[in-house]
Amino acid sequence: MTNDPLLAGLAALATDAPEGLYDRIAARWVRVPGPIGELSVAFTDHGVSYVHRGEGFAGAFRERFGRPLVAADRPPAGLLPALRTGRASGLELDLRGLSDFQRDVLEAARTIPRGEVRPYAWIAAVIGRPKAVRAVGTALGHNPVPLLIPCHRVTRSDGLAGDYVFGAAAKEEVLGGEGLDLGRMRDLAGRKEFYLASDTTGVVCFPTCHNARRITRAHRHGFRTLAQAREAGYRPCKSCRPAA
Amino acid sequence: MGVSECDPVRKALLNDLDGGFAELFNSHRGLVFSTALRLTGNWADAEDLTAEAFLRAYRALAGYDQDRLAALQPRAWVVTIVMNLWRNCARHKSRKPPPALLDEPPERQDTAEGVEETAARHETGDELGRLLAELPDDQRAAVVLRHVVDLPVSEIADVLKIPQGTVKSHISRGLKRLRTAGGVR
Repeated sequence: MTNDPLLAGLAALATDAPEGLYDRIAARWVRVPGPIGELSVAFTDHGVSYVHRGEGFAGAFRERFGRPLVAADRPPAGLLPALRTGRASGLELDLRGLSDFQRDVLEAARTIPRGEVRPYAWIAAVIGRPKAVRAVGTALGHNPVPLLIPCHRVTRSDGLAGDYVFGAAAKEEVLGGEGLDLGRMRDLAGRKEFYLASDTTGVVCFPTCHNARRITRAHRHGFRTLAQAREAGYRPCKSCRPAA
Repeated sequence: MGVSECDPVRKALLNDLDGGFAELFNSHRGLVFSTALRLTGNWADAEDLTAEAFLRAYRALAGYDQDRLAALQPRAWVVTIVMNLWRNCARHKSRKPPPALLDEPPERQDTAEGVEETAARHETGDELGRLLAELPDDQRAAVVLRHVVDLPVSEIADVLKIPQGTVKSHISRGLKRLRTAGGVR
């Protein structure tokens, strides 16, 4: 101990780190049930940052984020209902570290309702980069939070589900679980009917739009392109926005 | 304590990276934060600096092999990271033009700092903290490491990569300045 008031004063300047500082450094993680089996989910003070299926979660997380992981006592608020219902628009997500383009793609995918799908080109059009269809596919393939941002709802225009972070089979399984009829999608694609219009409302939609699903057979008209539908006098639906 | 043969942090790191890192954080968070607080002079920057230093520490550790870990002096190593980061961002800041022509910067509204913390900061050594902030960087670093967070001179010499004699002279010049400045007021 010292009697020197200056040294005592300096020693008294030492303080502990504030509460919660570790949450700015480390991510927390939990294992939770998901629609296609158990998932490992990492989250930070900003929201959910990573969803992983299968082995190798910790290694993959470390590789991708370079942050330590701490086991959490419980999942973040809203995670379980989001996974159960497929509606995650209110859930906080931590998308730091993504490029603006990736974030735009993911935000656009986030607007697709459960039970519906959109083509890759639609995402590209929505974000104002109509020619970047392949890049959209890549960005969706690197979605850090699959299921919470429903990249599985972006599918190929030929009616096949297409690639997926968790594999093509898992994509079909998730979409089937959300009530999507993939067989019907393939039939329509086989007939080159990529848009469905109703002659009672005069509206043209993507086939999985909730408005298109209500059209009865007698009033339903399929179109290969939006231009053809427009020429026939139909206006694009405001919910599924085929003209985005 | 200090750099004993079986540093518990090093032992934990050799065992498991994430568990060892938690040990590193919990053992040295006060030391790192106090250092950061007295170097930067404000709470929000100190939090940023501390978080960034530990994050860099983690990323470096992830790439270290067992031999490198076995030779690690965790405390000196993590303080070195803080000092390097602080110097880099101080250099960065000094390149920016001065923000305003005021004599005193306005009190910043800090969301990261609660009312109690603000109060505590103003009570405990606000004046001394302000005097410290006026020291030249070399002297401030040496005084903070020696007398605020109580590192031995030999470790400070390692951290700052200067001879022990130079550390001692920085400390004594720094203390002298503090006494003079404090006495004048």
